[in-house]
Amino acid sequence: MLLFVEQLLNGLQLGIFLFLVAAGLTLIFGIMGLINLAHGSLFMIGAYVAATVTGLTGSFLAGLLAALPAAAVAGVVIEFVVMRRLYDREHLDQVLATFGLILFINEAVTMIWGRTPLFLNVPDALKGTFEIIPGIPYPVYRIAIIAAGILVALLLWLVIARTRVGMLIRAGSTNREMVAALGVDIALLYTALFAAGAVFAGFAGAMAGPLVSVQVGMGEQILILTFVVIVIGGIGSVRGALIGSLLVGVVDTLGRAFVPDLLKLFLPPAEADGIGAGLSSMMVYLLMAVVLIVRPSGLFPAAAGAR
Amino acid sequence: MASRLTFAAMGLGAALAASPAFSAEPVTIGMITTLSGPAGYLGEDVRDAFILAMDEEGGDKLGGVDVELIVEDDGLKPENAQQIADRMIKRDNAEIITGIIFSNISPIVAPMTLGAGRFYISPNSAPSIFAGDKCHEDYFAVAWQNDSLHEAAGITAQKGGFKSAVVMAPNYQAGKDSIAGFKRFFEGEIVDEIYTQLGQTDYAAEIAKIRAADPEMVFYFLPGGMGINFMKQYDQSGMKSEIPLIVSAPSLEQRVMEAVGEASLGVATSSHWNADLDNAANKTFVEGFRAKYGREPTPYASQGYDTAKLIASALKATGGKVMDDKDGFRSALKAADFESVRGDFAFANNNHPIHDWYSIRAQKGDDGKLRLVTTGVIAEDHVDAYHDKCPLK
Repeated sequence: MLLFVEQLLNGLQLGIFLFLVAAGLTLIFGIMGLINLAHGSLFMIGAYVAATVTGLTGSFLAGLLAALPAAAVAGVVIEFVVMRRLYDREHLDQVLATFGLILFINEAVTMIWGRTPLFLNVPDALKGTFEIIPGIPYPVYRIAIIAAGILVALLLWLVIARTRVGMLIRAGSTNREMVAALGVDIALLYTALFAAGAVFAGFAGAMAGPLVSVQVGMGEQILILTFVVIVIGGIGSVRGALIGSLLVGVVDTLGRAFVPDLLKLFLPPAEADGIGAGLSSMMVYLLMAVVLIVRPSGLFPAAAGAR
Repeated sequence: MASRLTFAAMGLGAALAASPAFSAEPVTIGMITTLSGPAGYLGEDVRDAFILAMDEEGGDKLGGVDVELIVEDDGLKPENAQQIADRMIKRDNAEIITGIIFSNISPIVAPMTLGAGRFYISPNSAPSIFAGDKCHEDYFAVAWQNDSLHEAAGITAQKGGFKSAVVMAPNYQAGKDSIAGFKRFFEGEIVDEIYTQLGQTDYAAEIAKIRAADPEMVFYFLPGGMGINFMKQYDQSGMKSEIPLIVSAPSLEQRVMEAVGEASLGVATSSHWNADLDNAANKTFVEGFRAKYGREPTPYASQGYDTAKLIASALKATGGKVMDDKDGFRSALKAADFESVRGDFAFANNNHPIHDWYSIRAQKGDDGKLRLVTTGVIAEDHVDAYHDKCPLK
């Protein structure tokens, strides 16, 4: 029973981490209508800058804070140079262009930092474990990620629901032309929005750094799950991104944790392991298929007027 | 008139050009290796150490013979490797193909090379298919046979007195082979076999399973970034001191240790080579590598260097003849008359190495720096498990 609770906690943590990445992506996709495959590359830039600055200064906080403007600058540059020309294009053109960006950024990172994964470890303040549930020592750093995710969710809700900028974002996701006709500088809004999405991605990358290998291509690994999240949650909806990411995190974790063991009840061990591993990796995509059959626009589609 | 003469001259020239002229030119060695992506540093080390060996003889020479090394990146894609191998064999007339790192590439390139009558010398990948009944007299593996990496971990676990283990590997052929290799020498109870996804980054679920299964130790084979992820996360879970990790060589080497830092302390690994092995060839190699490239060599570098030295010894024996004296070159290779940086080296009947395995741990030196230290010999003259299925003598 305790194991189930611990795995549920793991699923929640993975879900909140996915939300950190998905929030930026869904805003860009939903409001700007832009498929940005290079979102994972911004995630990677955040991690690389955090690792480099932490290595130079010895302070993880410095690394984290340095990653945010670095990702923002990268976002602004990408928006100016590439994205501006893609707003009116078809999604396929956007996919091709941003895929090219992925290759370009991967090579650029290799040229600047080399091929070896960078060193970035959990800061001393966040080391160790804490019995968040009695009987389960849980790594403090993962608890920190959960806290960070909840804070980001609150921040996003505040901005979108309670500020003028948020009102513009909500309006822009419903009817872009009308917002432009009302005299809002849509180009500036888009640049700012893209930079904000980049900052979220960079922040997620910096937070992920101590847990995963800071290497070239780390963004692509997370990108696929992130797209699954926003498709399930509904494109353009931050609430959908939150629910979607929690669902994906829990389903993926519980699938990996229990499907092989469940299969062992019916099948001989050798087959159960092989099929179990394959099946558990499919669970998330099965979930996406089921959701799309029941609700083709996702669980909380933004265009339906919901926030 | 003139045109007929021209055509005749062209025809003669074409006929002469069509027959590959192997002798009197530098020996062409084609190196197909992985230089891009997160695993790119493996190919980088193999290539750089190979070039170091050539530079020791004054540049572009092995065994006193002029060689031309052509290096290309397979990008970990079999279809790329196939095109590159085709080019190297047909257009560049490569007499030796080497460099393959990954075992999803070698089953494509090796048969192409051997089918064209050239020599295939692997500095890394050595899947079991070519060690057993499909062995070939022109196929040589210089590093080890893939399973031996994990057999060594099994020996480490058995000698460590552990009675139960959880084993973990990604769900693909090399992962399954690694667990099979470990089980060959570990006689304790396998409490659970966990198969993860290739490229998986978060292992919280697997770590919780390990805690629930409560084995005496954990063995895993997670190459590259996956291993870095797991080692970091396992260290953070605080379980490392209660349930120690025993891993095979690719999961803890120089670059991995630099990436995870102190999370590597207390992890037991094994290898056929380490930078602190005390023999003259190794000292020359390690100091030369550090001086030329400004970084620490990994086992992959040692394998690239040994491959170059092996080829050098054979070229010296045949006076630079490869295709023109295949039997002579082959027996010179088989004799392995060179000083390997790992110590004792000989080829078994299936052209895979017979060598020693060492236990290795990451330790903090007095200067606070992390180093991989050899703590003992776990197997002497270890031969791979497939050699008696090979019909070669």
